[in-house]
Amino acid sequence: MTVTALTPSSSLRTPRPPGVVRRLCDVLALTGRNIVHIAREPLQLSDVTVQPVLFTLLFVYVFGAGVVLPGGQSYADFAIAGLLAFSLTTSAMGTGVGLSTDLNSGVIDRFGTLPMWRPTVLVSRSITDLLTSCLCALIVAITGLYLGWRPTGGVDSIAAGFAIFLLFAYALSWGCACLGLVSKGPESAQGVGLVILFPLAIVSNALVPTQRMPAVIRAVADWNPVSAVTAAGRTLWHNPNPSASIHAWPMQHPVEASLLWCALLLLVFAPLGTVLYRRRTTR
Amino acid sequence: MAQDSMIRAEGLQKRFGRTVALAGVDLDVPAGSILGVLGPNGSGKTTTVRILTTLSRPTAGSAWVAGHDVVHEAPAVRRNIGVTAQDATVDELLTGRQNLVMVGKLSGLRRADARARADELLAQFDLTDAADRVLNGYSGGMRRRLDLAAGLVTRPPVLFLDEPTTGLDPTSRVRMWDIIRVLVKDGATLLLTTQYLDEADELADRIVVIDHGKVIAEGTSAELKTATGGARLELTLSESHADAAAALQPFVSGPVRESHDGRRLRAPVRSGSGLATAVVHAFDAAGITVDDLEVHQPSLDDVFFSLTGHPSVPDDEGDADEEPVRAKVEEEHS
Repeated sequence: MTVTALTPSSSLRTPRPPGVVRRLCDVLALTGRNIVHIAREPLQLSDVTVQPVLFTLLFVYVFGAGVVLPGGQSYADFAIAGLLAFSLTTSAMGTGVGLSTDLNSGVIDRFGTLPMWRPTVLVSRSITDLLTSCLCALIVAITGLYLGWRPTGGVDSIAAGFAIFLLFAYALSWGCACLGLVSKGPESAQGVGLVILFPLAIVSNALVPTQRMPAVIRAVADWNPVSAVTAAGRTLWHNPNPSASIHAWPMQHPVEASLLWCALLLLVFAPLGTVLYRRRTTR
Repeated sequence: MAQDSMIRAEGLQKRFGRTVALAGVDLDVPAGSILGVLGPNGSGKTTTVRILTTLSRPTAGSAWVAGHDVVHEAPAVRRNIGVTAQDATVDELLTGRQNLVMVGKLSGLRRADARARADELLAQFDLTDAADRVLNGYSGGMRRRLDLAAGLVTRPPVLFLDEPTTGLDPTSRVRMWDIIRVLVKDGATLLLTTQYLDEADELADRIVVIDHGKVIAEGTSAELKTATGGARLELTLSESHADAAAALQPFVSGPVRESHDGRRLRAPVRSGSGLATAVVHAFDAAGITVDDLEVHQPSLDDVFFSLTGHPSVPDDEGDADEEPVRAKVEEEHS
């Protein structure tokens, strides 16, 4: 070993000074690392790849036969927005699980002693999951197109629909990040996440119209952000949207309601996550 | 060399609920020197390092690293330190090279610099061949070297090594010592924690002994040994002799103990030059034949035992990895 030559041979330029550029570089560096992790264990992507395809096929073929939509509209046309909302909602816990895995590994102490922007770990995680959400949306859309789903309403409107889904997935991932920050380990994060996210995804207009639900559940469903996002997608894609006849404000203004819900989630959970992260890593 | 202190702690306290981890620790490490923080498991060494490296906040007291307050100027502290923690703080799913490049980028280095520096460190730490392997395939020694390399990416002036050789086999341990010596020759200030007395003896300029969250002794290795009371003399005679104890009396600093058969004598002595010769002459003059004579300088183990009343490495602490190293410590002690 050449221990005698530890003295530097190359000269380093001074590190970037703190600032916006430096923060962006930190976030990029750690996002790159998260992507390498995914590349090493691609199976961890199953919740945004295999699972959505499976659910989409199951729902359209199994339930599609039994659900009768007003006016005899196509179940595939109705279901894809809902299935995308369902898949994005249930996979959002990946953020909490990933974060919890990081927090319980030794590398978190390394990050704590580096002169990096504090929230980098959180922000990079949320960006990584935004990328996997994009993958999820792409896969659900392709499966949907194969099954006969047809969005209309112009490129702008279709893109706006996808943008709302992705924004919602991003906002929700901050909520899940907070869950990950307060849970002991990845397994408990996964468990708690499932208990919260599954009802959130199911008690909505995503998979079946809400009209025939019991009154209390229906009220919850009509104000559920998942319903707003699903209705917004159906509206923007000109797909069948039975919720349009419901008087609850979010169902009458699904796009506005979706944006408000996303803003609310981000305003609450992004600062909360930052505080929780600081607490968790400085004890 | 500048005598400014690069690491300073005043009355550091840390409580976790009811447990007192630190009960008021004071430290002062001058620039360019190595401080060895010595103590058994759970004595507060790691807590001290975590506070000094901004990973934990003290319940009371203050500390400065490179002139910056560790609580209020944490970002400035982080720009000046390199840390090798007790548990490897490297990313298990990345390769060695990816780890070092990531640390470089997160320290603000530009991409090209981060890569060049990673190559340089991989070569210096003999990891070039393993550079593109994922860490799962690394041995304990390789992981530690990578962890140390990760702490050196920005060539920080202050280094913290928390038990850098715990769990390493004796060869890797000596190799790590060589690296550490070179680091300090290059001008770094270093705080090193260890539960191995020979390690502190070997590397540190000054030693602080911590037990139960408190500094119980400090000084150079020689000072600590002297404070414990000088050396120990052991004589073995050919046959017991009535005047033996009396002949030894002028040299001792405490009671003389004789074995049952009267052939072996033990006593604490003031070590000095010519001690052994003088003893042999005195016995020769008294007509007593000496078979064997040993002067034992006190080891840090003796120091630790006399300060704390318990051995430095508790027997009940079982970790297969540490076995060879501990055996070595005990060998030197006996």
